[in-house]
Amino acid sequence: MIIDHPLLGPRDSSEFVYLGDASLIDRPDWQAENAAEAFYDYAYLRDNPAGEHRELWFHESGDRSWLVVTRNTMTHEISKVELARDVARAQGRSK
Amino acid sequence: MRYSGFKVIKEALTGHKGWKPAWRDPEPKAQYDVVVIGGGGHGLATAHYLAKVYGQRNVAVIEKGWIGGGNVGRNTTIIRSNYLLDGNEPFYEFSLKLWEGLEQDLNYNAMVSQRGIINLIHSDAQRDAFTRRGNAMILNGADAELLDAEQVRKEYPYLNFNDARFPIKGGLMQRRGGTVRHDAVAWGYARSADSHGVDIIQNCEVTGFRIEDGKCLGVETSKGFIGAGKVGCAVAGNSGRVMGMADIRLPIESHVLQAFVSEGLKPVLPGVITFGAGHFYVSQSDKGGLVFGGDIDGYNTYAQRGNLPVVEDVCEGGMALMPMIGRARLLRMWGGIMDMSMDGSPIIDRTPVEGLYFNGGWCYGGFKATPASGYCFAHLLARNEPHPTATAYRLDRFRTGRMIDEKGAGNQPNLH
Amino acid sequence: MTQGNRLSGGQIDRNTTLNFKFDNRSYTAHPGDTLASALLANNVRLIGRSFKYHRPRGLLTAGSEEPNGIVELRTGNRQEPNTRATTIEMFDGLEARSQNRWPSLKFDALAINDRFSNFLTAGFYYKTFMWPAAFWEKLYEPMIRRAAGLGSLSMQEDPDEYDKGFRHCDLLIIGAGPAGLMAALTAGRAGADVILADEDFALGGRLNSESFALNDGTAADWAAQAVAELSALPNVRLMPRTTVIGAFDHGIYGAVERTGDHLASLPAGKPRQILWRIYTKRSLLCAGATERPIAFENNDRPGIMLASALRTYANRFATTAAQRVAVFTNNDDGHRTAADLHAKGVKIAAVIDVRPDAPINHDYEVLRGAQVSDTKGRLGLSFVEIALADGSTRVLECGALGVSGGWNPNVHLTCHQRGRPVWNDDLAAFVPGTDLPPGLSVAGAANGAFSTHGALRSGAESAMKALDLKGSLPDLPAAEDAPASQTPFWYVQGCSRAWLDQQNDVTVKDVKLSHQEGFRSVEHLKRYTTLGMATDQGKTSNMGGLAIMAELAGKSIPETGTTIFRPPYTPVPIATFAGRMKGKEFHPTRLTPSHYWAKERGAVFVEVGNWLRAQWFPLPGETHWRESVDREVRQTRASVGVCDCTTLGKIDVQGSDAAAFLNRIYCNGFAKLAVGKTRYGLMLREDGMVMDDGTAARLAEDHFVVTTTTANAVGVYRHMEFVRQCLFPDMDVQLISTTEAWAQYAVAGPNSRKLLQKIVDPEFDISNEGFPFMACGNITVCGGLRARLFRISFSGELAFEIAVPSRYGDALMRRLMAEGEEFNVVPYGTEALGVMRIEKGHAAGNELNGTTTALNLGMGRMVSKKKDSIGSTLSEREGLNEPDALMMVGIKPVSQTDKITAGGHLMNATGPVDAAHDQGYATSAAFSPALDCHIGLGLLKNGGARMGEKMRLVSPVTDLTVEVEIVSAHFVDPEGERLRA
Repeated sequence: MIIDHPLLGPRDSSEFVYLGDASLIDRPDWQAENAAEAFYDYAYLRDNPAGEHRELWFHESGDRSWLVVTRNTMTHEISKVELARDVARAQGRSK
Repeated sequence: MRYSGFKVIKEALTGHKGWKPAWRDPEPKAQYDVVVIGGGGHGLATAHYLAKVYGQRNVAVIEKGWIGGGNVGRNTTIIRSNYLLDGNEPFYEFSLKLWEGLEQDLNYNAMVSQRGIINLIHSDAQRDAFTRRGNAMILNGADAELLDAEQVRKEYPYLNFNDARFPIKGGLMQRRGGTVRHDAVAWGYARSADSHGVDIIQNCEVTGFRIEDGKCLGVETSKGFIGAGKVGCAVAGNSGRVMGMADIRLPIESHVLQAFVSEGLKPVLPGVITFGAGHFYVSQSDKGGLVFGGDIDGYNTYAQRGNLPVVEDVCEGGMALMPMIGRARLLRMWGGIMDMSMDGSPIIDRTPVEGLYFNGGWCYGGFKATPASGYCFAHLLARNEPHPTATAYRLDRFRTGRMIDEKGAGNQPNLH
Repeated sequence: MTQGNRLSGGQIDRNTTLNFKFDNRSYTAHPGDTLASALLANNVRLIGRSFKYHRPRGLLTAGSEEPNGIVELRTGNRQEPNTRATTIEMFDGLEARSQNRWPSLKFDALAINDRFSNFLTAGFYYKTFMWPAAFWEKLYEPMIRRAAGLGSLSMQEDPDEYDKGFRHCDLLIIGAGPAGLMAALTAGRAGADVILADEDFALGGRLNSESFALNDGTAADWAAQAVAELSALPNVRLMPRTTVIGAFDHGIYGAVERTGDHLASLPAGKPRQILWRIYTKRSLLCAGATERPIAFENNDRPGIMLASALRTYANRFATTAAQRVAVFTNNDDGHRTAADLHAKGVKIAAVIDVRPDAPINHDYEVLRGAQVSDTKGRLGLSFVEIALADGSTRVLECGALGVSGGWNPNVHLTCHQRGRPVWNDDLAAFVPGTDLPPGLSVAGAANGAFSTHGALRSGAESAMKALDLKGSLPDLPAAEDAPASQTPFWYVQGCSRAWLDQQNDVTVKDVKLSHQEGFRSVEHLKRYTTLGMATDQGKTSNMGGLAIMAELAGKSIPETGTTIFRPPYTPVPIATFAGRMKGKEFHPTRLTPSHYWAKERGAVFVEVGNWLRAQWFPLPGETHWRESVDREVRQTRASVGVCDCTTLGKIDVQGSDAAAFLNRIYCNGFAKLAVGKTRYGLMLREDGMVMDDGTAARLAEDHFVVTTTTANAVGVYRHMEFVRQCLFPDMDVQLISTTEAWAQYAVAGPNSRKLLQKIVDPEFDISNEGFPFMACGNITVCGGLRARLFRISFSGELAFEIAVPSRYGDALMRRLMAEGEEFNVVPYGTEALGVMRIEKGHAAGNELNGTTTALNLGMGRMVSKKKDSIGSTLSEREGLNEPDALMMVGIKPVSQTDKITAGGHLMNATGPVDAAHDQGYATSAAFSPALDCHIGLGLLKNGGARMGEKMRLVSPVTDLTVEVEIVSAHFVDPEGERLRA
């Protein structure tokens, strides 16, 4: 596979390490009432869709960016690649 | 119809006119006591044990395509019970015992072949871990032997003992491990289940569940609604998709595992070898092909195919371990979709929906589990309580912190 | 030997004669021959034996689809089983042997199987060999296995080199027949970067096999001109002998170039084969078509071949399989074979055409509406029996029979991403479907354009379309444009032992039995009968089997199913996929800066991940590793030792939020750590398990240096970047791995300070007061060399770790040894390190096994509840906090001389020994020089409350049971007085 890195252009996927669903960005609030349940859901449950999947890849043999790649799990077609940091910020994550 | 050598001879002498279809091709009835979704090894085994052991004969197995077309038809055929943890070892040992009696149970020769499996050791820490595992196996009633490098060399002199990057320091041997003719497992279970009255319905795709007041009443299919007292889902690889129709999210990701076979070769490998310093395991089929595999590709996918880097990685492991296979040719590669669970262990349990039961999360260990998985799932469906060897395979174990994590890789499915 | 079957013409170099051996008999050939053509030229029809019935086998084809003519090539450690004679390019001195026969090819004992074929039908083995139960593995299976397989491995290491490479292009053209060449000319002339790959050594495809004209010359001449023009274009790369084996995601193609297989021996340094990864946005499949056979009774005798193959052998290789040849066809193409052979002086016995309206010929007889009903000949074809249109039978004598049932487009690569071909009624064949691998298009016969003109035109058009070229089509050479319609004719009615898969011995009868027994889906058919599972992957057999199954089921072929294909297109040596990654080069080897110093000292090294670390340093006279290790431990604890710990992961953490960041990473607190101080840090995974441990040293308000274990260095860094970029993207913190940048040494023992004081520059006070336990700082050593000093201890002794830039590591080690002489300094390796950490009760890899929590390791209270850190919430789950949770303990044998076995399980002093009574296990064990006995660490249920308890440590797999006492894990200096000295 080829991942079109937003900063570096197309790179072979073997330069990357895969983590999983990009929902791993949405780490729950540790002080919330339902924190235990929320963390269980966050850490363990997956939509695992057959189709478009937003997922985290780490450019380990490259610039060490974490990327959010939108890829179809049926065809492997990649429709979007973003810096995970930008995605995280856009989702309201900060410090 | 009973299969035997005499029957084969009789048919040969009378023009093979007496052979009947191995299973019927029925239309679905309106209602069954139990509907098993998935005509793979686990689903068919479930039906067999439901009918034969638990006396439930009003059972249907419904299959989207052709039976045995999932992972039971696309794996590396290895059976073993060399597990470490209490939650796993009794179950897999139960499975191995069922394998040992399979031909007689099914009246079908699935060629269970206990030629031994060896996990190679390349470091002291690995030896400590395999010692612990070998002990756990023996304490659970299984067999295990710890071999030193010389003993390994005696059995497999052509492994790389000369210039290995990671020298072989020994191995954990389970002599009762081995291989089975994988397609025949599906066929044998199907034939037996059918002979006990189970309807096997192929080319019938589940399109939804009928759930009212939190109770599952049956399944919507491409052949219409099929009512069921209980519905068991055994579609590992596609669990996410099917259970998603019941709005159940799972601690599972779907991944592809590639496997490979070489051209037919005169016998070189008596047993199964697992390389401990790379991603490679290999055996040789009765037909002569080297059957081998390695790591999963590592990304979520439902496509039954993989990519080149893993092919290369696996062959690198093969050449590092046994450089004499270099001129053997890789003939065919294929991909199977795995339910990779969050702790590397399976789930056989009730679900939050009454009457809906789940069997999945087999990672790439599903084939060897086929008999016990079917048996335990049948037990759960028939008795509504887990089989004694499968009590740990609960769906809520992640919530309660009772993971069964053989590798210690944690909640990252592609590491298991 | 004379080449009795040589014809005139052809593309062989008669000026050079090559010698070769087949089954130890010598023959001659010419450059341009394949082994197959050379064998035919020498009148050798019998080449092998089939898999199951050991029937005699000759050549079926002239290409890579060959199922029958497979041999063992070369000798010694280069022996290469199952090699298709049709693809072996002749070289001088070639040696090949037939396989799967004993004692000889002509007399094969297992040919007896053929007599019993009625018993050995499809799937018979599933129905028998079950009684008595034990006999399967003892008797039946060993017999089957002995008979199984085709060729043999040499059992020796492959001596050849293999390589890998990457190529990029605008357009990859797969196949250099008329479509491929025309596409390459079109794209190449337009200036595109083109790769044209073909599996053959001669580019041209069918053009080299046909006698018809292109423009004014022969087809082969035109192909040669096209190749010449392409060779002159700098933007076109021709890759003959290169098989594109697979279409992978995102326009990545795997290709195998056989750089050395046509050579008698490889020049030094030249690889035998190269695995290319070709990256391209556009690709064009011009793989042509494969002729399909017709099934009829005993259609498998040597001499019965595809008609197109006979034509290839005649036109390209100037040879014939026999001097008297018949043709059996359902289409006009078969007549071409008869005409071409006739023109070369081969006697045509007859053309047997199933069509009542077949074209007639004045030079030889055409039997219209006739079918071959049987054949005869023991080791090769002698007679064909023909059912004539009028119902009578005729027997013809002939040594070869060309069979043509029409053509199947080679759609293989179009299926590699699970796309399915579609049925074309006009062609009565599957053609590429619509769900092709992205960027791939198909031209020529592969796309159903069977005529030469059609292929040329489609090649040009497809290239223009792929590259979005404007303008009109290039001039095409004048070529035949025969209509492409095919009428299906799969098998002769009433036949039974009619072979579909000739290698695996699958006959029409087997397909019928498969249907009868309910194995009716194509996949069941394949798996039950083994149809199409042989080394040719069913290239010539799958369609026939499918067509017969369709007829039995009363369905159309597309209703019955499709056959799709998986990579590789043709089999690939395992060594080719591995390339250079074998032996010591399997993984890269990482060496620390003082590696060569350690080597000079005679160190024994051990693999730790990709690192090589010194395990111990034997001295002359030491005969057992324990002697060396015990000495290293004693000497360190008595005075001072130095250990290379460069391999520990080192991560620089900088920024105004560095402390806040580490507070999230570690479960214990870091916010208040003072500058100049180091703290032990415990890192959890999000699931609450311990991920790693190490230290974080605060060198400045906004600067920490974090260490990780050797094993987890990469993973921890990745995790920290995840937390930084994905979870807390606004933190002002930067990370960089500096593992390779610093060489680091542990200097441990009561004299460690004295030793360091000799090299640390005097302005730095490292006295106990000036540099107390857990202090850290930037210093200089040896007169100005920058260094980092940490007062941390893994051994339990007064100890420091000192880091210098990597390039000074070797020098620093030598200096420490020299300066330490007065203290009797000792270098120690990983074994002594391990012994001392067990004596001290430090958890390491064996305890940090991914399933242990902070609680298990006795550090439960370190998990701060006052802050958010990774893993803290999920570490509170009930299953991880049960009263009988495993706790780390020390294990001592009750009898001083007993040995502790790591991996042994702990059982109560009395009671049953089984899994149900398992209490825990020993994680690590070592001989402790300090205690003069073996000791161990373990994880024991409720271990914290069981100090002093006597238990049994059992290890049935090593046949040991030892009485042990549970003790504190801190065997040495439990109060930590030495650390602080």
